Amino acid sequence: MTALSERELTPDAAAPAKPSLERGSYSDQIFKGLLTLAALAIPLLLCFLVYELWSGARLAIGKFGFDFVTTSTWDPVTEEFGAFPLIFGTLISSLVALVIAVPLSLGVAIYLTEFAPKAIRQPVAFLLSLLAAIPSVVYGLWGIFVLIPILRKSVFPLLRDVFGFLPLFQGAIYGPSMLAAGIILSIMVMPYVMSVSREVLMAVPNTQREASLALGATRWEAVITTVVPYARSGIIGAVILGLGRALGETMAVTMLIGNRHEIAASLFAPGYTMAAAIANEFSEAVGDMHLSALAYVAFVLFVVTVVVNAGARLLIWRVARGSGIGSKAL
Amino acid sequence: MVGRLPLALASLSLLAVLGCDGGRAPAPAAEQAAGAPGAAGAGASLTGAGATFPNPIYSKWFDAYNRTTGVQINYQSIGSGGGIRQFTEGTVDFGATDGPMTDEQIAAVQGNVLHVPTVLGAVVATYNLPSLGAKPLRFDGPALADIFLGRIARWNDRRLAALNPGVALPAQDILVVHRSDGSGTTYIFTDFLAKASPDWKTKVGHATSVEWPIGLGGKGNEGVTQQVKQSEGAIGYVELIYALSNGLPAAEIRNPGGQFVTPTLKTVSAAAEGTSFSPDSDFRVSITNAPGAEAYPISSFTWLLIHTREPQSPKNQAIRAFLAWMLKPAAQRMAADLQYAPLPVPVIELIRRRLGVS
Repeated sequence: MTALSERELTPDAAAPAKPSLERGSYSDQIFKGLLTLAALAIPLLLCFLVYELWSGARLAIGKFGFDFVTTSTWDPVTEEFGAFPLIFGTLISSLVALVIAVPLSLGVAIYLTEFAPKAIRQPVAFLLSLLAAIPSVVYGLWGIFVLIPILRKSVFPLLRDVFGFLPLFQGAIYGPSMLAAGIILSIMVMPYVMSVSREVLMAVPNTQREASLALGATRWEAVITTVVPYARSGIIGAVILGLGRALGETMAVTMLIGNRHEIAASLFAPGYTMAAAIANEFSEAVGDMHLSALAYVAFVLFVVTVVVNAGARLLIWRVARGSGIGSKAL
Repeated sequence: MVGRLPLALASLSLLAVLGCDGGRAPAPAAEQAAGAPGAAGAGASLTGAGATFPNPIYSKWFDAYNRTTGVQINYQSIGSGGGIRQFTEGTVDFGATDGPMTDEQIAAVQGNVLHVPTVLGAVVATYNLPSLGAKPLRFDGPALADIFLGRIARWNDRRLAALNPGVALPAQDILVVHRSDGSGTTYIFTDFLAKASPDWKTKVGHATSVEWPIGLGGKGNEGVTQQVKQSEGAIGYVELIYALSNGLPAAEIRNPGGQFVTPTLKTVSAAAEGTSFSPDSDFRVSITNAPGAEAYPISSFTWLLIHTREPQSPKNQAIRAFLAWMLKPAAQRMAADLQYAPLPVPVIELIRRRLGVS
């Protein structure tokens, strides 16, 4: 076997192939050109998208300028627009989603890779991934008919009784609220965070676990002190993936968030997000300024997404410094 | 082969309809109308876009019209705003809208537009107060406006009690629910509130989406309905057909004649009947708060937008031929079957005269 492979690698054997490579046949040139085009198409598309958003929003940018992101009026009748509550709502609902989803999905991922019997690993992971295939309007309907009644009757009053000293859990309980939207988002985000962090944890070399156990660590200590830190950059990557999904989610959120253009300290209060406002108002927006303001919102959403992603990548880079699982992929 | 015979029969029946109905109309006009589909040709097609509210009846009409004449009409229910935009940009042959175009929008098409009323829509105030019986609550415009402004915050408010003598209104907070998506329903409702209350007019105004002073936003009729059904003490507004088909409680509203009117197809048609049109009307008429003892005050037309210039062009001929067909009793009955309030006869006559069809 060894002899054979050595012979294959000798210049003699490679000789017939080499000239054709050097000749640089047309098919190679065309193939390379096509691939380059395909690679360029994505950034070009992105540039075109940004340009379209910007040109659509020009009217509103000219009228409101930077005040658009700091003011809170949204009045299509007098054509006064400010998107601060929308930006606030987008960030807070996504944050609530991550606060709930990350510990849960990380727990599931650790259980599945470190503790679960082999027989149930695959089925559980498969079932969780199935959650990602459910259309978001179904999540929204389920939220309206099942989740909201449960939240309003039992969960929210309980939260208010126990944590009522915090401003986060005060005020009237309607049902549709920032918290309800955050909860539905967390369910939608979980499969992404779970499956990516599970892949990352599985990629941690067994030598790491063995070394830790050999030093006298319990399995729990081995996971916390060795496995998770080793995979941390990959796990942060998984969280970013979930965050991206949460920031842009539209249908389920608009069905559960209450669509109130206002900023409230309480998570029980209704709110609004950028994606929801665009989806709600775009089809019936009649005035040019109204349309332009919605395009401006889309532009701001784009910028927020880019900033959040860039920030998260910077975080990984600082945390991981090129080591660990998954950091190279990001 | 299979398609030919029904088509021929359908053409015959169309001619028969034209024949029966043409008794009053001058003969040349009848010929013109009958000739138009032929001129446009079987298999001709038209494209339109706009309002979602009349989409069920439009689909039914376009389908029936296609079967009788062979003219294919593609309609995309993308919303009134999109309908007006596409009509203005000339990407569709006709538009459709629940709220009439503004003067600026008409200027943008150099006045080359006519609003043609097709059916009527109405909005009902629905509420969730299980302690009350089946007898509907009564509101007037100013009280409704003050509820949606947040000034009347409790159900046992003095003014609501005065409107509903003998009803034991609960001492409960009112939860206001409104549409979150831009909608013709919101347009009609806020148009009514703006007419009923000067404060509403200056503070909020009327449009397909407005800045609501208070309340929760539900997406679509079903979103509002769910929110109202799930919260005791809630009040919201939904489209009449949706309320009727889902058996929601519907409040009686006081009209300018002082009558409390239950929303039904009949009272909505009465609102259109009570409105007076000048002969050269452009039909951009608001019929909220219309006069007439029977008239339900939160009613409105929904319109098709067609070009007025070059009425002889093939596309415009084809659209006019369809409109002539739509105004006939058979087509109007289809509207009633789908629970749309049909146009009253005087309005139909006026539209016919304006279009020059019979």
